[in-house]
Amino acid sequence: MSLVIIKYNAGNIRSVLFALERIGIYAEVTDDADKIISADRVIFPGVGEASTAMAYLRERNLDKLIRDLKQPVLGICLGMQLLCHHSEENNVDCLGVFENRVKKFADPSFKVPQVGWNTISQLKGPLFENIRENEYAYFVHSYYAELNADTIARTEYGSNFSAAISKNNFYGVQFHPEKSAGAGEQILKNFLSLS
Amino acid sequence: MLTKRIIPCLDIKDGRTVKGTNFIQLRDAGDPVELAMRYCDEGADELVFLDITATIEKRKTLASLVHSIATHINIPFTVGGGIYSLEDVSILLENGADKVSVNTAAVKRPALISEIAGQFGSQCLVLAVDTNYINEEWMVSTHGGREITALKTLEWVKLVAELGAGEILLTSMTSDGTKAGFSLEITRQVANAINIPVIASGGAGTMKDFADVFIQGEADAALAASVFHFSEIAIPDLKKYLAKQNIPVRQ
Repeated sequence: MSLVIIKYNAGNIRSVLFALERIGIYAEVTDDADKIISADRVIFPGVGEASTAMAYLRERNLDKLIRDLKQPVLGICLGMQLLCHHSEENNVDCLGVFENRVKKFADPSFKVPQVGWNTISQLKGPLFENIRENEYAYFVHSYYAELNADTIARTEYGSNFSAAISKNNFYGVQFHPEKSAGAGEQILKNFLSLS
Repeated sequence: MLTKRIIPCLDIKDGRTVKGTNFIQLRDAGDPVELAMRYCDEGADELVFLDITATIEKRKTLASLVHSIATHINIPFTVGGGIYSLEDVSILLENGADKVSVNTAAVKRPALISEIAGQFGSQCLVLAVDTNYINEEWMVSTHGGREITALKTLEWVKLVAELGAGEILLTSMTSDGTKAGFSLEITRQVANAINIPVIASGGAGTMKDFADVFIQGEADAALAASVFHFSEIAIPDLKKYLAKQNIPVRQ
C-alpha cells in the first residue's frame, strides 16, 4: 500500500513520518500531483497559520487536487481545518470539503492555545475502531471546527467542538494522533486499514 | 476536560542521562531513550530533555539522540539547553523534537522569541524562565540561578507571551532541589498574568506538592526530575492520587 504525506509550507510533518515509522509504515512526503493522486492513502498534516497555508496550496493548484481526491484522506490539526469551509484565522476561505466553520476559542477563562491531553467522546465509525469512549488525545490549537452532522468525535474546551469529522473518503482530526500514545497509533492504523 | 500534565525532565550530558536512577528493570539507566520509553509506559504526558553538555563539539551528538527519541516515543517532547539561533531550533525540530525550550538566549535577545514563533509557530516554543526570590521580589535569573538579571518575573513573562512564546516553563530556583514543594505564590501570579499554559518546576517532593501546584498554584503542568528518577513517586500512583483530589489527569 502506498501512503503519501502532502508537503506544503506547514510544520510538524516530520512527527507524522516518525509516528508511521514506529508502526512500521513507510510514507513519502511529496507535493507531486501524480504521486498524490495515485497513492492509496493521503495524509494532510500541519501546524501553522491557515491563510498562508491556503495561499501556498492555491499557488500550486494543490487546493483543487486535494478536494478531488478519491482515496481515503486524513487531515490532521491545521490539515483538518483547511478541509473545512472557512477559517476565522485571518478570515480565509478553505478547501470546503466539509461545511464546518473554523472559529477561534473565545471564552476568556480558557487559555489559548489549548495544549495537552483532552478526552474525545461520542466516537463514531471505523476511524475509532478499538478506541474506548473518552480516550485521551493530545491537542495543540487555538482554532476549532464547529460541531455538525459530519462530527465523528467531540471534545469540550469552553464549548464542544469537532475533535474529528468525516465525509465520504475524507477524515479530519483536530488532535495529533502521531503524539497521542497508543491510542493515536491505533487511530493511524485504523485510517490505513479503511476499505 | 483538558487534563493537568505530568512531565518528567531528563538531564542529558554527552548523549547520556546525568542523574542515575534506581529503575531496576532498566538495562542501561544512562540511556535516555530507554528511560524515556519507561516514562511513556508509566503514563507521563510529555517529556523534557535538558542538554547540559558543555562543549559545542559534543553537543552535535544531541541531534542524533533527538532523532532516536523521536523514533521511539509516542508522546510530545521538548528539548532545551544551549539554543541560541533559528538554526539550532531547526536542527532539533527536523530531528523530531516537538518543542524547544529557550532560556538565556531569550533574556539576552528577546527578539529571538518572535523570530522562532514566526518561523516555526508558537506551539513549538517553551520559554524557560528561572526565577529567584531576592529582596522580596521574584527576579529572573540565568545560568542555573547563578546570575540574577534586572528583570522582574511578572513583567518578563508578560513580554515573552506577547512576543509569541507558546508556553512558560517556570522554574523556581529558590525551591529547586529542596523537595519542599513548588513555589506556589509566584506560579499562581504567573498563571494569572498570562493566557498561555504554565509548566511549574522546582521543589517537587511529595504527591501533595503536585496537588498544591495545580490547585493553589493554578499551573497547567508540573515538571520534576529526581522524584521520578529515584522512584520516590511513581507516575501511575501520582495520577491516582491527583484524580482522587478531583484534579483532571490522563489515566
